[in-house]
Amino acid sequence: MVSLEHFLVVGAVLFGIGLWIALSKRNAVLILMGIEIMLNAVNLTLVAFSRFVKSDTPIAGHVFVIFIITVAAAEASVALAMVVSVYRNRGTIDVDQIDLLRF
Amino acid sequence: MTALSGFLLSQWYDLRDLGNPVRALIDWINGWGDGTTFHWVGYIVAGLIGAAAIGLFLGIAMLSLIWIERKAVSRIQIRYGPNRTGPFGLLQPVADALKLMQKEALTPLAGDKIVFWLAPVVIFIPTLLVFGVLPFGPKMTAANISVAVLYIVAIGSATPLVIFMAGWSSNNKYSLLGAMRGIAMAISYEIPMVLSLLGVVLFTGHMDLNGIVQWQQKYHVWLIVLQPLAALTYFISASAELNRTPTDIAEAESEIVAGYHTEYSGMKFGLFYAVELGNALAVSGIWATLFFGGWWLFGLDRWIPAWLIFLGKMYILYGALIITRGTLPRLRIDQLLDFAWKFLLPLALVNVLVVALEVTIWQENGISAGIVLPVFAVVNILLSVVLVVGYVQSFGFARRQRPRRARLITDTLAAMPQ
Amino acid sequence: MSGVGPVSAFYVLAVLSIGSALMVMAARSIIHAVLFLVLFFVSLAAMFVLLSADFVAVAQLLVYAGAIGVLVVFAILLTPSREQRGMETKFVGPGLLAGAVVAGTVIFIAFNTNWPTASNDFPSTVDAIGQALLNRWALPFEIASVLLIAAMIGAIVIVGGRGVDLDPGAAGPSARLVRRER
Repeated sequence: MVSLEHFLVVGAVLFGIGLWIALSKRNAVLILMGIEIMLNAVNLTLVAFSRFVKSDTPIAGHVFVIFIITVAAAEASVALAMVVSVYRNRGTIDVDQIDLLRF
Repeated sequence: MTALSGFLLSQWYDLRDLGNPVRALIDWINGWGDGTTFHWVGYIVAGLIGAAAIGLFLGIAMLSLIWIERKAVSRIQIRYGPNRTGPFGLLQPVADALKLMQKEALTPLAGDKIVFWLAPVVIFIPTLLVFGVLPFGPKMTAANISVAVLYIVAIGSATPLVIFMAGWSSNNKYSLLGAMRGIAMAISYEIPMVLSLLGVVLFTGHMDLNGIVQWQQKYHVWLIVLQPLAALTYFISASAELNRTPTDIAEAESEIVAGYHTEYSGMKFGLFYAVELGNALAVSGIWATLFFGGWWLFGLDRWIPAWLIFLGKMYILYGALIITRGTLPRLRIDQLLDFAWKFLLPLALVNVLVVALEVTIWQENGISAGIVLPVFAVVNILLSVVLVVGYVQSFGFARRQRPRRARLITDTLAAMPQ
Repeated sequence: MSGVGPVSAFYVLAVLSIGSALMVMAARSIIHAVLFLVLFFVSLAAMFVLLSADFVAVAQLLVYAGAIGVLVVFAILLTPSREQRGMETKFVGPGLLAGAVVAGTVIFIAFNTNWPTASNDFPSTVDAIGQALLNRWALPFEIASVLLIAAMIGAIVIVGGRGVDLDPGAAGPSARLVRRER
């Protein structure tokens, strides 16, 4: 028997892992990958709600996931472009060394 | 007599559709016990039959395609092709396979060994998965999923990553160059491919392949008549991703040794070779399903087994791929990318626009299909001819790259390397 | 959702997705991290199929496993290779703590809320999603297209411009591909 709580637990654990990666990595690309994992965990939660929770419009969860995927694609393209641009200008993508604004 | 008139449908001994005996077997298994407890056995048996059938079909098809392709290409190039092993060289594929198995499988010392071993295995998965949704007959689909068209595109978009795995793990600059070229080409040609498939989905209102075939059966027309632009753009963009000769810049042997599989030897190279053939066969199968009626042949499918019709169409369309391979020279990478972005993409966009207009006219006004479909066919064929010819005449490479006669001494001097 | 198949599939996919997400954290080589990330995307797509969300599953495969995976690979190949090892900052411990706190809170809420459960088993979601996108959510749909255009132009402007590491006279990342007339 698999119910809503099972999927919510998986989604929460994945979100935590994504947060861990995003907070603790040095490489900007890996931080982005952590953010993608967090977005995917949210997607899983939304689809699980749409499957298991009583609602007038259960398809709304799927539509929301489609929008999240769209925004994630846009975000990934812009962010990776910024990573490449930062590397060209600063010679590194180590987020600890990109500290021009630090006082 | 009933068999002759084609009314033997849905009995287990009706072998015109091999889905019938399988369906009967699964129903029999599902009936065990109280009718619900053994459904998981039915699932497993159905999955195993589907997988075994696809594996067997692909194995036989690849062996035969090696011979057919080598023979046909060599006839195009005025050679004999394989003619020593067995009658007409028929045993050549077997000899090739035996030779590849005996060869030593080398692994580069500085490469990434796990990824290197994984790549030729993983590259088989998309090929097998695509064959899972192809309708070989009305009931002969291993997995009849409702988003099959999108699924094919999604599965195909995973291949560049596997090519990258192979190229990167070899730790060889030619491999990495080939992989980068392959990825750049694949993501450029994916866009016109998706747009051309979007035209088909818009027009038929179906996303499952069996539904598209049944739509063609209902209106008694092949979609290539109604969607010539989509058929053209799909054929070009899908065959561009196959790494075959006009577009094989990912493994151009005169430029970068063998591209992403430079370091592969023995059966691991054989797997890449087999996957190329399998992908080509899959593309011709999708083309046959979407634009040439699939298993349906103007009512003849009541007498001839549907899967024979489909296989015939698949192999005939594979011939188109062989002809392009045998006759066209390799393009440069900038020409290929220009071709995708400046020729195929506008054509596919125009096609989507026109299809959307036509579907609106058709559905909103409730005109009967008998009047509206011939008009659409004529309009679309004329439009595609005008667009292709006009585009080639005014924007193509032909005019700019015409060889120019050197008139002055400065011209010749400027053309010389300094 | 009961029965041998779905339950075992759920546990296999849960272990696969969590394990591959952890391997993204643990992988020493960044390319390995990307490959595990793609495995994570694929296992999550399978999870969507389990939840009878076929369109979302295929969109996940297409956008994440296909497009974003390739994008990340490109970004890695365009950035330095010397930073591909020793990748953790000093926030490993606090990061783990933060992730555990967030996950624990969500799990606590999930088990202590009385969800009005139902079983919405969609046969096919494509029609319903299409209707919903073009009727009720038409405005967000159009805004999403604007967002995509903005992202595309933004990415081109950020990376393009006057490239510093290209050969002189070149005008953008595709400048190397520009056809030479003579």
